[in-house]
Amino acid sequence: MATPRTPHTRKPDAQMNGAAIILKALQDQGVEVVFGYPGGAVLPIYDEIFKSNRIRHILVRHEQAAVHAAEGYARSTGKVGCVLVTSGPGATNAVTGLTDALMDSIPIVCLTGQVPTHLIGNDAFQEADTTGITRPCTKHNYLVKDVTRLADTIHEAVYVATTGRPGPVVVDLPKDILFAEGPYYAPNGNAHPSYKPQVKGDESAIERAVDLLAKAKRPIFYGGGGLINAGPKASKLYAELVRLTQAPTTLTLMGLGAYPSQDRQFLGMLGMHGTYEANLAMYNCDVMINIGARFDDRVTGRIADFSPNSTKVHVDIDPSSINKNVVVDLPIIGDAANVLEQMIKVWKAKGYKANAKPLEKWWAQIEKWRERKCLAFTEDTSIIKPQHAIKRLYELTRDRDTYITTEVGQHQMWAAQYFGFEEPNRWMTSGGLGTMGYGLPAAMGVQIAHPDSTVIDIAGEASYLMNIQELSTLAQYRLPVKSFIVNNQWMGMVRQWQELNHGGRYSESYSESLPDFIKVAEAFGGVGLRAETVDQLDDVIMEMLETDRFVLADIMVKKDENCFPMIPSGAAHYEMLLGPDDKAELETSENGMVLV
Amino acid sequence: MNATTEIAEATHTLAVLVDDEPGVLARVIGLFSGRGYNIESLTVSSVDTAAHLSRITIVTTGTPLIIAQIKAQLGRLVPVHSVHDLTLEGPHLERELALIKIRNVGEHRIEALRIADMFRARAIDSTLESFVFELTGSPSKITAFVELMSALGAIEVSRTGVVAIARGSNLDMPVFSTLEVNRKKAKQPAGKKAQKKV
Ligand SMILES: Cc1ncc(C[n+]2csc(CCOP(=O)(O)OP(=O)(O)O)c2C)c(N)n1
Ligand SMILES: [Mg+2]
Repeated sequence: MATPRTPHTRKPDAQMNGAAIILKALQDQGVEVVFGYPGGAVLPIYDEIFKSNRIRHILVRHEQAAVHAAEGYARSTGKVGCVLVTSGPGATNAVTGLTDALMDSIPIVCLTGQVPTHLIGNDAFQEADTTGITRPCTKHNYLVKDVTRLADTIHEAVYVATTGRPGPVVVDLPKDILFAEGPYYAPNGNAHPSYKPQVKGDESAIERAVDLLAKAKRPIFYGGGGLINAGPKASKLYAELVRLTQAPTTLTLMGLGAYPSQDRQFLGMLGMHGTYEANLAMYNCDVMINIGARFDDRVTGRIADFSPNSTKVHVDIDPSSINKNVVVDLPIIGDAANVLEQMIKVWKAKGYKANAKPLEKWWAQIEKWRERKCLAFTEDTSIIKPQHAIKRLYELTRDRDTYITTEVGQHQMWAAQYFGFEEPNRWMTSGGLGTMGYGLPAAMGVQIAHPDSTVIDIAGEASYLMNIQELSTLAQYRLPVKSFIVNNQWMGMVRQWQELNHGGRYSESYSESLPDFIKVAEAFGGVGLRAETVDQLDDVIMEMLETDRFVLADIMVKKDENCFPMIPSGAAHYEMLLGPDDKAELETSENGMVLV
Repeated sequence: MNATTEIAEATHTLAVLVDDEPGVLARVIGLFSGRGYNIESLTVSSVDTAAHLSRITIVTTGTPLIIAQIKAQLGRLVPVHSVHDLTLEGPHLERELALIKIRNVGEHRIEALRIADMFRARAIDSTLESFVFELTGSPSKITAFVELMSALGAIEVSRTGVVAIARGSNLDMPVFSTLEVNRKKAKQPAGKKAQKKV
């Protein structure tokens, strides 16, 4: 922002150059780690990093990876993730990461270098219109043209990124501003004059919601990523309310971990590759309580047939999520933790009890759906089934302190289905944007935040190649990230769609000319392992877990396995394909074909 | 029920108070184009120089759900202070200013003047073969005038788009800091103010 919003009445704490102001502001905001990559426009900041030692800088190998690493860091800690990149190509390389963070509501502050103010607009060397390019893929962005506004802009950026519905914020920094002497103002708690998201839910709406819940005969809770963003307290309260009401709960891909996966009341993930019981319970429920989910098209299937007979309550901190895809009966704007706390209070105050009789019937119905065992798969005695690989990985890491990231594709869905999460912040995946290449850098960020934990990227071989350069970062910082490559030698998810929707014409979806991942690991200074048969799998997993360096475990799995259950694009929840034999029954409709 | 159910579209006039900062208009316009909403008219101007606030008036059409989405999406932009749906909130006034140049001679010239008089349009420029008329009024009045003029000669039209405000004594989107600062300024010796600027 060029012009000061209000004239400064505060006294500056000190005078220093712009680069030092930035570091001081980040430090005062509690930022400990910055993921970045240097270049001409940000050299003054790197000079300060060199001199000050106040902030730990992690040198990535590609700016996209810097943002994903910051996302992994943020999602696994609940703190803001911080990124520093240079002007021009540095900024444009960060765009995919920023879009990813926007779609999944991850708090990121990304500092981008810019050419000096007097050259802006001149097509100067490494100039890009960064605020223009990033406007639609950030929650907000700034161009700082006045060093007196610099400190407050950084404070404001952190505030905007972390409050309300979190998201990425870009601060574009012309080089002359980094050199200019200016005042440093400490954070004063008055972060933004007008941006003040509503966090407490409307009391009367909450009473009505609890009332609905108490009277429901077939209730269901549908929790999303908002539960994770609202902090671990929100997940605790969510579990408390779910247990009080004895209702079943499902979670979205982004919400996994918000409710313990092993609990009887958990029906598994819902949506395109969700469980039979979760999707049918959503279809048949009479009261739906959505907390922090956004009725994404991957979840709803065909909108016209989405849970047609239910009264829907939608709790969200972002008013624009309300009635965007699905019209709800009772919207509640607020932070998930606050609203859940309010709901529990009302439930207790009114002396409500779980509605035993109808619930018993509802659960009996759900158990019938459960008996279909939609996640069962036929084991093979020699070839490793991908589902089996993930199941074993889960079972062999259960007593460990484990964090999981994924790439994008079938392996991601299998990970969501077969890996259980008992608490929030343990599961990092690119849900909204579906960014191949997310998992390895995200795992890097998680490992930086949790140096002693087991951090595993469940990867597909094609996705893995998209940010494989980050192995060099793992080597430099001795980050013992484990890459569990579910290697089917196909862009499996693409192949599956081509099989189901395009007559088995496998156009360009074979993972051609794959590298030898063992040699790749060794070339970068890590350890490479391979499992080719079922009996090798456990040994490889154990060896991977016990190695204190980074490991690439190349798990050669059945090549043409498909991911089920599946609701074809444009179909409804009751039109699930449960396995390969269902395929013939339901062709994807013409309307569905055009959907992504 | 779902968001795509067909319900009649209606035109709404929105008043949006925003921080007057670079990029804010691009943000608003980008929101409309990025999400496929209509803009029939958009006007913007600073209304409070001391507090750096601008007011944007947007005329848009959509189903009630789309209009609600537009308002929520606008409200979510960080520099947006408030969004008012003047169409929903009660009676309001809409005005537009237009400059219409007409080139013609003879009888048509006289007829143009006569009609301009009826519409209370003022001629603010004239040559022997042209007039420029200034006209304020509701958008439909201006459209009617433009249509009549086009029958009387070759025309060129520049319109501001709609500005709007609610009727009655309520100040829903008040502007005060201009006044406050002016008052403060008045009390301050001139020299001090100049110093502060440096
Ligand atoms: C950056 C990017 N490009 C393209 C896609 C489209 N896409 C989705 S899944 C997929 C294949 C992924 O293959 P792999 O990583 O081997 O995972 P698999 O499905 O085989 O488990 C592709 C190309 C994407 N999601 N992201
Ligand atoms: Mg693959």
